[in-house]
Amino acid sequence: MRNKTKNQCGRKGERIFSNVCVLPSLIGVMIFFLVPFCIVVYYSLISNPVTKEFVGLENYTKLFSNAAFTKAAKNTAFFSLVAVPLSVILSLGLAMLLERNIPGKSVFRTFFLSPLMVPTASVVLVWQVLFHNHGTINQIIEHFGGQGIDWIKSPHGQVVIICMFLWKNLGYNMILFMSALCAIPRDIIEVAELEGAGSFYQFVHIKLRYLSPTILFVLILSLINSFKIFREVYLLTGNYPQEKLYMLQHFMNNTFNSLDYQKLSAAAVLFALLMIVIMAILLAAENIFGKDVEN
Amino acid sequence: MKRRTGVLSIKNRKKFLDIATLIFIILLAAVFLMPTILTFANSFMTSNEISANYGTMFSNMTENKKTFISSNVNLKFIPDKVTFDQYKAVLIQNSDYLIKFWNSVLLTVPITVFQMLVAILTSYGFSRYPNRFKGIIFFAYIILMIMPYQVTLVPNFLVAEKFNILNTRSAIILPAVFSPFSIFLLTKVMRRIPVSYVEAAKLDGAGELKILTKIYIPLCKGAIVSIAMLVFIDYWNMVEQPLVLMKENTLHPLSVFLSQINTGDIGLAFAVGSVYMIPTVLMFLYGEDYLVEGITYSGGIKG
Repeated sequence: MRNKTKNQCGRKGERIFSNVCVLPSLIGVMIFFLVPFCIVVYYSLISNPVTKEFVGLENYTKLFSNAAFTKAAKNTAFFSLVAVPLSVILSLGLAMLLERNIPGKSVFRTFFLSPLMVPTASVVLVWQVLFHNHGTINQIIEHFGGQGIDWIKSPHGQVVIICMFLWKNLGYNMILFMSALCAIPRDIIEVAELEGAGSFYQFVHIKLRYLSPTILFVLILSLINSFKIFREVYLLTGNYPQEKLYMLQHFMNNTFNSLDYQKLSAAAVLFALLMIVIMAILLAAENIFGKDVEN
Repeated sequence: MKRRTGVLSIKNRKKFLDIATLIFIILLAAVFLMPTILTFANSFMTSNEISANYGTMFSNMTENKKTFISSNVNLKFIPDKVTFDQYKAVLIQNSDYLIKFWNSVLLTVPITVFQMLVAILTSYGFSRYPNRFKGIIFFAYIILMIMPYQVTLVPNFLVAEKFNILNTRSAIILPAVFSPFSIFLLTKVMRRIPVSYVEAAKLDGAGELKILTKIYIPLCKGAIVSIAMLVFIDYWNMVEQPLVLMKENTLHPLSVFLSQINTGDIGLAFAVGSVYMIPTVLMFLYGEDYLVEGITYSGGIKG
């Protein structure tokens, strides 16, 4: 990255070519995402598509007093705040376990990646079997004398989704961490061992330092995937799930179906703003933590 | 003597830890593999056996027609009787499933191919001669990439309406082609290509186009294949887009159909699921190494 800057003084034609390469995608994104999104912003500021009266932030203030929206926002925030860090930690742990002296590593790798192969709808069916009121998990619990609960309909419903999310994404994240662990220079670890550093010290002061870009990367991928899990939730519970599983995506989907574009637009704009803030924070974090590793 | 036993016990402890780890990993791997095996194994059951075991889940729909052996939902791996009845019903007796399968292919393959073409070109543009303007666009792409589908749902719908492509495949394919996910990943890979390669090529008189086709693409082959696999898998399972953008369900991909079959004709769900799994399984058989080795992103956001 750093030494690339030396190469900036290319001939003008070459620089133009590299700009032209970006153009097709930029035009596509403009047409299909950016321009219509500007219309969405406009929609969020008017009273309705017919009279087109400018109402300022009224749609937004209405949104905040909307019980369905606040509930959905809370649920989505809770899910992402729990599931994303959990998937980073667990997949890193798994990658480190597989670093140990274990036979058949590549077979296990395939097994952990296998969730990517199964069609989402089939998976949902299996999860239904597992977490049904009379399903496998409850049977096991009752076998040991416990009291089963109707997982999907209970206040613990989010547990089911978090399990589903982890099951689906751990494998790929683990692979990312495995290749990052391989890339840590051996000699640094060896020197640390010679100096008598314990494995915990090694982990915190050496491995985490080298892994920090990958952690950030997995964090972003997990964030994206945490929003994608809606597909499974939707297939599991339909348009109107129980209170704890009512996600922001449900809210948007349902307002779309009821053609309430004003409410939906305001929600979409808010969501986009929040993502910009989160990404800016992550970028700042990268600038702070990434520097001393890169050189 | 004493010292030797000490060394031995440390060795033993290490060995014990290794075995414990192995057992733990085997158990965990079994959990991860379970749904795949279950789907496949249950596809050889008779419809009756499936509804006997899983029917209670949908009892509100079928309760008048059938009586269930038990009120429990039983997880069953080994069928009482192995039949290909489900497959016969899915593949031969009813052409509906194959048509939907074909619909899935017609949506997913163009999306994957064109998205990768756009991604290769764009990532090349981003990784060569970076400037402020490109940096801003790249940041915008990252934001766009994170958005759940529901946020882009209205924009997609508006554009489809404007261009009069609502209820056609293009309504899904066109926006998906410009989805920035693959650009993000590929740019990060391309930025790691050493400048010296490019300089050497330039000295030999290679133009920018040649650098792209003769250096960047071959060097990123693994990454391109692995990203294409991820994109394919994602769109192979799409559910929301067709439901919103195509009212006509003759065009719906099998993934949508599969998600509706769950609540209806559960006896066939596993066979349909297994058939639908074929492309992704084949991809894994041939491309898993790419998936594993192709992804040596440096990590981070900017790469």
